[in-house]
Amino acid sequence: MDDFLRFENVVKSFGANRAVDGVSLSIKKGEVFALLGPSGCGKTTLLRVCAGFEMPDAGRVFINGQDITQLPPEKRPVHTVFQQYALFPHLSVYENIAFPLRLRHVPNAEVKKEVEKMLDMTELTDHAGKKTTKLSGGQRQRVAIARALINRPQVLLLDEPLAALDLKLRQRMLAELDWIHDEVGITFLYVTHDQEEALGISDRIAVMHNGKIEQFGTSDGIYENPRSRFVASFVGRMNFFEAVVRQFLDNGNILVQVPDTGVNSDAMFCVPAPTNGAKLAFGHRLAVGEKVLLCIRPEKFHIGATGTETPLSGYHGDVFRNYLTGRLEREIYYGSESRFFVEIGEHEDYSIMATQLIYSRANTSPLKLGESVQLSWHVSDCLLLPMDESQGEVMGAELFTEEGEVGA
Amino acid sequence: MKPSRIPLLTTIFVLLFFYVPLLLMVVQSFQCRVPGMDARQWTLKWYDQIFHDPRVLEVSLNTLVIGLSAAVLSTILGTLAALAIYRYRSRLQSFHAGLLYVPLVLPEILMGISLLVCFSALGIELGRGTVIAAHVAFCTSYVAIVIMTSLQGFDYTLVEAARDLGATSWQTNGRIVLPLLFPAIAAGALLAFTLSLDDFIVTFFVSGKGCTTLPVYIYSAIKHGRPERMCAISSALLGVTFILVTVSVLCMGNKVVEGKG
Repeated sequence: MDDFLRFENVVKSFGANRAVDGVSLSIKKGEVFALLGPSGCGKTTLLRVCAGFEMPDAGRVFINGQDITQLPPEKRPVHTVFQQYALFPHLSVYENIAFPLRLRHVPNAEVKKEVEKMLDMTELTDHAGKKTTKLSGGQRQRVAIARALINRPQVLLLDEPLAALDLKLRQRMLAELDWIHDEVGITFLYVTHDQEEALGISDRIAVMHNGKIEQFGTSDGIYENPRSRFVASFVGRMNFFEAVVRQFLDNGNILVQVPDTGVNSDAMFCVPAPTNGAKLAFGHRLAVGEKVLLCIRPEKFHIGATGTETPLSGYHGDVFRNYLTGRLEREIYYGSESRFFVEIGEHEDYSIMATQLIYSRANTSPLKLGESVQLSWHVSDCLLLPMDESQGEVMGAELFTEEGEVGA
Repeated sequence: MKPSRIPLLTTIFVLLFFYVPLLLMVVQSFQCRVPGMDARQWTLKWYDQIFHDPRVLEVSLNTLVIGLSAAVLSTILGTLAALAIYRYRSRLQSFHAGLLYVPLVLPEILMGISLLVCFSALGIELGRGTVIAAHVAFCTSYVAIVIMTSLQGFDYTLVEAARDLGATSWQTNGRIVLPLLFPAIAAGALLAFTLSLDDFIVTFFVSGKGCTTLPVYIYSAIKHGRPERMCAISSALLGVTFILVTVSVLCMGNKVVEGKG
């Protein structure tokens, strides 16, 4: 059952704006699939097409082989958990959850049995008689989930279900959702702009951008092997360097040089050859002299004070190690980790970010601001992406904030 | 700094200006002249008279029937109009919304004349039916506006949620939209009833000979009846109106749509 829920070339425009621009996607039975992207990328529109609130301009949607494109929302074996929950304010918690059963005129005794099961699963038994307006955010969220699950839909659609909750509650509800999914085993289609949520809950992720699927795959596949600059910077944080291909090594690795890095301008860095997706993204074999983007995630760096001797990248024994030297500009302490901003060479905007877990108090950083530090990383911890002129020339650390804008 | 007295004085002045005449009317309805003297005494005889006057009772019953019919019909039409304007935000519907405000500002005498012209052109005999039709014509606007106001705070995702959970559009209206709009619908119906009860000008034009309502009766009776008697009828009408308006305001005040989400 590789395509339990299938989108086939779905297009949906609002005026001149193509919100969903030819999306094809296959979702397996029982998996949690996340649609991840910044606001306005079309993920919610795609979800609404699936729920039946929007009629696609072109394309089809299938569930379990059945074409549901033309069905009205109430005829689809799909229920939605709305971002603002959309609980019925004139009904009690019990009646909200019972609502789908009441529509089908299920006998009272059976309604009671089913609702109690749901109340039990979502730990709302004590609140059954309350009005939904009297509940906290997390409780409302659970009512919405219980209400959407009681009919046992084939697919549960979740539209930013945790966005209205505060951080702590969000983390707890995420764990609860995960548990509920294990319990009911229904296919979840989960829309979010929060990459941590997406990585945390889903089996597979599709990253959307400008109405198109930019990349899809498993969580670690997306994180470790992003296929474009957009995915690399939207999912997690990423340092980018403009680099030039210099040499192909016998073991398949590639040596690149990063010009304009001041003190390190002669330095070579060793990078594994692009695999799978990235290879596709290049669309051709790399050649010496070609401009590429060297990407390294902040947590892959090892950061330390520079000794008397500045090591250069190269073989240290049998192992190639990449080294980069810079000046520590700023440290932001987060309790469990520290973020270091290191300036390379004389280039003002060329600040790169390295993070370090503070796993022991003995491990607290002896680094001093303004002093020279060295960053090193394993060959396998960096990757090459094609230069994408459209994405601007900002170098160094690039991270998306919650709203999907580029911050420093 | 001493708080300014101006707001208090203004309030008192406005209240006096509006309520003193009403109060005088009510007071008069409870008074009569002491025979042979230039003094007045308290009495309930005017009320006793009007409640035993078959003509007054007949006219009151007629007014009540017209009021109820107009309220029911205009509430149905007004609710449908408001829902159409809310649901379909097309150019036609915003035009529709604009047109709804016209009966509120149109001089009543114009409405009366135009309805009269219309009925006679169509050859419809004037009577209770034409009065009800005329009342529905202007009450619908008021009902629709009351419901539109309440719909402004209505969360459309509730409709989507109901559909999503398997409700047909009929079930959605019956189980979600109407219950949530009920306070506004009730307020609109009461308002329509009151408007119908009080209307004189339009009714005067379209009622013909056979169908007299209370305001029209009061007007014609004032020429030859005792003023105190008219005061008593008017005070009774005032009492009914006052109660209805209070109930209507209470309905609306009772959180028309209880918060979103």
